[in-house]
This record gives sequence, structure tokens and C-alpha cells, in this order.
Amino acid sequence: MPLLEVQHLKKHYGAHKAVDDISFSIERGSIFGLLGPNGAGKTTLLRMITGIFYPDGGQITFDGRPFKAEDDILHIGYMPEERGLYKKMKIGEQAMYLAQLKGLSKADALEKVKTWFEKFEMQSWWNKKVEDLSKGMGQKLQFVTTVLHEPKLIILDEPFSGLDPVNANLIKEEIYNLAKRGCTVIFSTHRMEQVEEICDQIILVNKGQKILDGTVHGVKQEYKKNQFKVLTEEGKTLPASAHFQLVQHNGAQHTIQLADGSTTNAVLEDLIRNQVPILGFTEILPSLNDIFIRLVEGTHATTRAFQQSAS
Amino acid sequence: MNKTFIIIKREFLSRVQKKTFLLSTILLPILIFGLYGLIIYFSMKGEENIRVAIVDSKGVLENKIQSDDALSFTFLKQADTAQLQKDLVDKKYSGYILLPDSISKRDSLKYYSRANVGLMTQGKIESRINKALEKSSLQTLLAPGITLEQVETSKTKIDLKVSKTDGKTGNAGFATALGFICGFLIYIVLFIYGTMVMRGVMEEKTNRIAEVMVSSVKPYQLMIGKIVGIGAVGLVQFLIWGVLMLSLQMLIPVIFPQVLEQAGAAQAAVDQADAGKSSMVTTIMNNLQSVNMFMIVGLFIIYFLGGYLLYSALFAAVGSAVNEDPQDAQQLMLPITMPIIFAFVIMMQAINNPDGGLAIFGSLFPLTSPIVMMARIPYGVPAWELILSIALLIGGFLGTTWLAAKIYRTGILMYGKKVTWKELWKWARM
Repeated sequence: MPLLEVQHLKKHYGAHKAVDDISFSIERGSIFGLLGPNGAGKTTLLRMITGIFYPDGGQITFDGRPFKAEDDILHIGYMPEERGLYKKMKIGEQAMYLAQLKGLSKADALEKVKTWFEKFEMQSWWNKKVEDLSKGMGQKLQFVTTVLHEPKLIILDEPFSGLDPVNANLIKEEIYNLAKRGCTVIFSTHRMEQVEEICDQIILVNKGQKILDGTVHGVKQEYKKNQFKVLTEEGKTLPASAHFQLVQHNGAQHTIQLADGSTTNAVLEDLIRNQVPILGFTEILPSLNDIFIRLVEGTHATTRAFQQSAS
Repeated sequence: MNKTFIIIKREFLSRVQKKTFLLSTILLPILIFGLYGLIIYFSMKGEENIRVAIVDSKGVLENKIQSDDALSFTFLKQADTAQLQKDLVDKKYSGYILLPDSISKRDSLKYYSRANVGLMTQGKIESRINKALEKSSLQTLLAPGITLEQVETSKTKIDLKVSKTDGKTGNAGFATALGFICGFLIYIVLFIYGTMVMRGVMEEKTNRIAEVMVSSVKPYQLMIGKIVGIGAVGLVQFLIWGVLMLSLQMLIPVIFPQVLEQAGAAQAAVDQADAGKSSMVTTIMNNLQSVNMFMIVGLFIIYFLGGYLLYSALFAAVGSAVNEDPQDAQQLMLPITMPIIFAFVIMMQAINNPDGGLAIFGSLFPLTSPIVMMARIPYGVPAWELILSIALLIGGFLGTTWLAAKIYRTGILMYGKKVTWKELWKWARM
């Protein structure tokens, strides 16, 4: 049973359709990537899932039951793209406050905050004020406050922006750990390399509509161009063949395009027959970035600012 | 624990624990009273033992001028300026005055002094001489056989006390002052704490904490939590001020025992004729007893809270609508500040004419009633008007809170766009 199921979700601002009939489902314990250009409707979608906005149409099923904001938001942790903390508040108090608002008792909150602060080596920050923190430190604090009530669903909007590689890794590890322990993670970003690395399943949203849905592997298979990389000894050239065309040649590397109806084995047979010394043969899969750009480009994604003033 | 309560607690504690709160709540009244005390201290210090020599060759003023320890007059027949200058240096006299042979009403006299003369001392000398001159010229007007004392006894000073049909008595002057103070305090409260709510909401919005918060609590809870928390701050601040004022007021006679003596002595000396007259202090005490202080304090708290809740919700709505530009806030605030200022204007009217049509309307209409009604209360207000006014006020703040919550819900997550009142209205109807 999926943890979250979204069916035909709609949200309109006047004539503008911020989210227009989006459906997907997320398996328990999976890391789900929500991709899309700026202004695609990701934030609106997430705000409906976190109970901040009511959808204009469609259903959200959370943990097997229809989504009820009051109760279910206690099991959701949301880290919005724009970080927000009370600048004048002490860090310890701030974490306690946000934990208590998620329904933890004072004692529980204190224990959880301490555990997480230890894990992230933040104990000495307790009495510091948020305004004294660097951006990266603030980010860590924000992450801790998002996950410390052990939500079933964690929604992270661009969690790595502004983090140095060390801290980014720290948080990435934690995301894996949380997923291993059964947390479901929605990961919204437009940084494709992170998605490729982390996510099990992705959907791509543009102009309020879902234009892609699947596993990272599945999507790549779907959008591959049947191109292969052949590595030969230096100075060798590939013979002409009916099974492939040479696309690019660079020293020992050759990029070939498989001809329609041909197979890789046929290509290799051809090459071996021609006594080409083959050192390597790999399939070139498109990066998510390429797919993303290919799908989004040409549709002229509008900017967020423009959309808002039109609403 | 209830989430709204957690929010209230944070809003309250985060403000009360600030240094500025302690500074403005405790230090400010102490500072004001310290200043007050210093002024009293120095004004009395300066007055001690002023000895004035008056060269009065005709004896115009002799025996007619009032002399006491603080300010005594000595009369000399001959004007020996050199000797007088010497006396000044020897500190025999503080200063001297050369009285010309004839003085008309508008003449000015010259006071030669060793040191600078304080404004109060100068005034005192001036008034004593004027009084003496008045007496001497009055004497010449009187028919023979009539003494000044006899004229003095004919002077009257009655105190007009208004007795209304409901049997309450009141003093218009006192009621005016009390009414004005109460109304003015509410006026200040609405501005100070209203803008505090607005700033708080703006802080949450510009720091982008709002989105984190509304993923845990409902926007309505967040708004109410802020309003109630800041309201509690205001109430505590006023209570502390009240207690401080009262205790310091009582401390002043302890620290400066001379004040009361002085006041009493001066009073007794100046109007010997009406010796039995109560002093100003006792007059105020009497008046305080004639109005029901408990009722006034109770109603003050009711209108304080009612007015605050009504307006702070509107201020919160404005705070949620503006972006980082404070100028936008100014513009959007105008429709809210207008009725407050308008209420203040009606209050000025109501003080003069507490039972006029405008005053009654203003004290019932919820947007103006907190200010206007407070001004009317010391005069006595019929119970039904009070009940109706409070009922309307409660209805009013429920209405504005409901309206504000709808604007707030949308506004708090809306960035980058300059908002107009038309837009706010659209949000409210959404």
C-alpha cells in the first residue's frame, strides 16, 4: 500500500492552473523526486500535500485514509525552499518550539532535539541565536527541525542549496537512513545529478501537468537514443557498417548510433570480424538533465513571477 | 498541549524576556519619576531663604506684603545702593528692589540679585509684590472704616458639583481629566500593540518562517496566538506601570516630606480666608471616591482588550499582506488608523458633551467605542448603553478576526507582489 496517493489534484488561481490534474503514488520507504522548472507548480503541489492549501479538486490519500490536514500534518515534515527561522530566537528553544508544535510533549521534544543535535554536532549551538548562524548552519538546523518528530513523510524542497559538500553528504546520509527506517521522502529539486543519485522514483512536472513518471532507470531506458561508446586502441578507426553509424570520434573513443532493428551483438560481431581491438563497449544513457531539458524546452516554461501577477 | 497555547507562550515570552521590554516597562517610569523628584527637589532647594530688601521710602508696601521663611522681605527707608551692594556680597540679602515713588499698574521693577533667580522664585516675588500693591490700592478705594479683612471675607469660592437624576454626583473637571486620560491610553494602546502585531506578522513573513509554521499549525492558530500573546504582553506592561506609578506616587511624600508641608503651608498661607478649604490632594481623593474606581479599571481592561483584539486582527491582516517594503505597510495601514484617529476626535467631543448624539454613536460603534466610551464612563453611562457597546465590541472583534484570518491565510504565503485593498477584499471573499 502506498503511503501517499494523489489523484487528479487541481489548484487554480483564477484562470491560471497552478496544478492541473496531477496523479501519482509514492511507496512507503522510497525516495521520490519531484522535478520541474521554476514555476511548474511544485510548491503549490507540496503545499496541498502539507495541508497548507486546500485543493480545488482531486483526492489525497495518506497512509490509507483520506488526507485530513489537522491530524496528518503531525506525521509530515516539510522543509520549504525558502528557509525560515525566527532570527532572534535561541537555536535550542527554536527546535523545541517547532517540535512541540508537531505534537511532541516537552520531555519528548527535549530528548529528540538533544539526540539530533548530537548527531549533527550542534550541541554547542544551543544558546546561539539564529541570526548568528551561517547559511549552512541554518540549513542544518532547519533539516533537524523538519525530521526530529520522526514523520512518516518528509518533504524536502531543495535541501542541499547553500550547503558545503561535507554537510551535504551528512544530510544525504541522513536521508538514506530515514528511508531505511521506513520514512518516505519527497525530494523536490531541479538539480538533476542529485536526483539521479538519490531517488528511486521521479515525476517531472511542467506548467502544472505531469509529463514524466517512473523510476530513474525506467525513465532513462525510455529516453535513451540507442547510442553506444566504443573504446578501441589508439589510432584505430571503425569500419563502415550497416548496423551502426559513427556519430563522433575522439582519439580512442567512438560514439556510435545503433541502426534501427539492429542489435548490439550484431555490432560487436561486425567489429570483431573487422579485427577492431575493442577495449570497452558501453551504452550511453541520457542523463536526467538531458531528458529534463529536452522535455521542458520548447514548451516555454513561464517564470513564477509572471504567473503570479497574472493570477 | 494545545498548539495555540504554545504559540501564545512563545509570543509572550520572547517579548517579555527582551531587554527592551524591561527597559521600557520598569526603567522608564522610574526614570520619569526620578526626573519628577529631581524637579521637586531643586525647586524647593532654590526657594529656601530668599531675603529681599525693598527700598520703599513712602512705605507703600510695608506691612502689606506677605513674608515667610522661604521668602522674606525687609523694608528700608533709604536707598543706599553702595551699602546694598555690599549687603548682597555679605549675603545679608539675596537681592533688593528699588521702589519708585509712584507705581502704576504696568511699571516694571528691577530686582538686583547676587545670583541668578529661578523662574519660580521670580514668579513668587512678582506675585507677592503684585498682591501687596493690589491691597494698597484697594485700601485707597475703600470707604473709611472698612478694612481689607472685611473685603476678604466677602470673597467666595464655591465648587460646582453636578448631581444627576440618578443620584450620582460628579465633578465635571475631574471627569473630563479622567475620561481624557482613559481614552488617550486606549488610543495609544491600539497604536503601540497593534503595530507590534503587524511587525510580528511581517517578521514571520519576510523571514519565511510562515511556511514552516503553517505546515504544523493552521494559519488561524498562528494569528490568534500572536494576537493573544502580544495582548498579554500589553496587559502585563500596563499592570506593571500601574503598580509602579501607584507605589512611586506614595513614595514621593516619603522621600520629600517637605512637599506636603510646603503644599499645605502655602495653601494655608495664601487663602487664609477659606482656611477650612480642602487641599487639592484631598479634592482629588474625594473625586476618586465619587467615581467607582473598580468599575473604571474593570471597564478599562474590557475596552483595552476589546479594542486591541478588534484592531490587532486588522493590523495582522495588513502585516500579512505587505512585503519587505515598509512603505507598503504605511499605505495599507491608513484605512485602519483612520477610524482610530476619528475615534480620538469624537472622544474630544464626548468629553465636552458626554451625552451628545455623536458621543453616544461613537461609544456604541465598535471601531470607535473603546476610545469614546472610556471618555464617557467617568460621567456615568446608562447600563444598557454599556452592555450594548460591549456586545457590539465583542461582535466587532469576532468579525474583524474572521475577516483578517481569511486575508492572513492567503497573504502570509504570497510574495513579491504589491497588494492593494481591492486585492485584500478578494482574498477575504475567497
